[in-house]
Amino acid sequence: MAVLGLTRLRSWLKVLASRFTAALLTSFAILATATIALAQEAAPAPTVWFDVDRLNILIPIVAFTLIILFYIQEARRGKSLFIRNMPGLDAIEEAIGRATEMGKPILYVPGIDDATNIQTIYSMIILNHVAKRVAQYDTPLIVPVGKAIVTPMAEEAVKSGYAAAGRPDAYNPNNVRFLSDEQFAFTAAVNGIMNREKPAANIYLGSFFAESLVLAETGIMTGAIQIAGTANIHQLPFFVVACDYALVGEEFYAATAYLSREPGLVGTLKATDVMKGVLMATILIGVLLEQLQIHGFKAWMQPK
Amino acid sequence: MRREIPILITIVIGWVMVMDFFFPPVSSVATRMRDWTLILIAISQMLGVANVARINLDKVSRKHPDAPYAMVLLLAIVLMIAFGVFLPKSATIGGLTWGGHEGGSVFDKVYNQMYVPMQGTMFSLLAFFIASAAYRAFKIRSPEATILGVTAVIIMIGQVPIGSLLWDGMPGLSAWIMNVPNLAAKRAILIGAALGAIATGMKVILGLERNYVGGE
Repeated sequence: MAVLGLTRLRSWLKVLASRFTAALLTSFAILATATIALAQEAAPAPTVWFDVDRLNILIPIVAFTLIILFYIQEARRGKSLFIRNMPGLDAIEEAIGRATEMGKPILYVPGIDDATNIQTIYSMIILNHVAKRVAQYDTPLIVPVGKAIVTPMAEEAVKSGYAAAGRPDAYNPNNVRFLSDEQFAFTAAVNGIMNREKPAANIYLGSFFAESLVLAETGIMTGAIQIAGTANIHQLPFFVVACDYALVGEEFYAATAYLSREPGLVGTLKATDVMKGVLMATILIGVLLEQLQIHGFKAWMQPK
Repeated sequence: MRREIPILITIVIGWVMVMDFFFPPVSSVATRMRDWTLILIAISQMLGVANVARINLDKVSRKHPDAPYAMVLLLAIVLMIAFGVFLPKSATIGGLTWGGHEGGSVFDKVYNQMYVPMQGTMFSLLAFFIASAAYRAFKIRSPEATILGVTAVIIMIGQVPIGSLLWDGMPGLSAWIMNVPNLAAKRAILIGAALGAIATGMKVILGLERNYVGGE
């Protein structure tokens, strides 16, 4: 009887789940339709369908997308694409090992910006990879968060990382901590965590501002191994001098491809390199044309 | 479906935002979606408060060594919410009138006279940390560190009046280092980072990168 009851409950739950999903999809469709209708009501009949002044931006973006898709195809076909060694990313493994040996936690700071910043989103992706590795060694992973909306993202990234490693029981929800969305209140709270809980490794990956040096210098004082990466160039010198390893600019965005070696992601790295070559050629052509007093190309390339 | 729906929403909204930049008729839909973002961020504050309350109440109930700090934090949250909601303008507490039209509300007063100085204190630590970081960076250990140290000295001397007293060309040399080799390196890093950001954005809106909603 109990088995029969359980089977019925399961099938009932399945029906409920499918109906809930259908209701959710329908709500989304209604919401989207209503928004479009509202937008059409609010805006007068559009006369300009395409902003021609932005063609100079559209062309490189389309070209870049095509290059990305081409290299993803190449990588998926099995073509070997070389990625140079990145000591900063190799050091993540070393830092996890060190923390495990010392029996101390790892501190992962995903920056202080909102989820609207691509660096924060990317930091969540790297956090998921780090959580997968950390879960295998049963080492505590502390994630202080500086924006409320990032908190559920960080919780999900860590939780699913632990689940993927087959250790969902090891996930401690109290280790993903929303501290404050005020810059220096957050900094003071993270410094407090460093001084009280003495993490063996501090990983700073994301968008940082004036707090970068305060965090990294405090980390030095606690004797932690430190790895940092950001695309905010004004904070890079601080991380370079105060951390053991620093991921400079684009290296930060290469992390998941480097760590996972997934063909789709490795392909985008190669496409980025090719696009850099295209940009270098464009700059050289621009310089050459300017020297020849031909200004049309520069004028067309300038953002309007 | 738990992963597919958020991924689908991200892809649709991502493409709407890209199209908004090039196709003006899409802008009204994109503006509406940006408004949704603001609403979501505002609602998410509740999640943040819930997270803080859960973690700190747990510390208090378990008599964790940090429990006294957790109690101060929880009390501060409750008091600030109470000040903001119940004492919006001014109040007389213990014979003292807090707030009012000129001084702002009690909430403003506590924020400006307690939080702002503490924030200033944290920020001022940066001056000392810059000095210790500079000491480490400019220690001459290798040819690269030597170049870095010499360049830093030229830049620093070039920025102050004594620089031109020592040598007329010092401010010009300092400006040249900042505007030519330094700017070239900064732009190279910026171009690389921008391409990385575009590639990441593309990976997300093409559905190649999906771990931002949790792993596989």
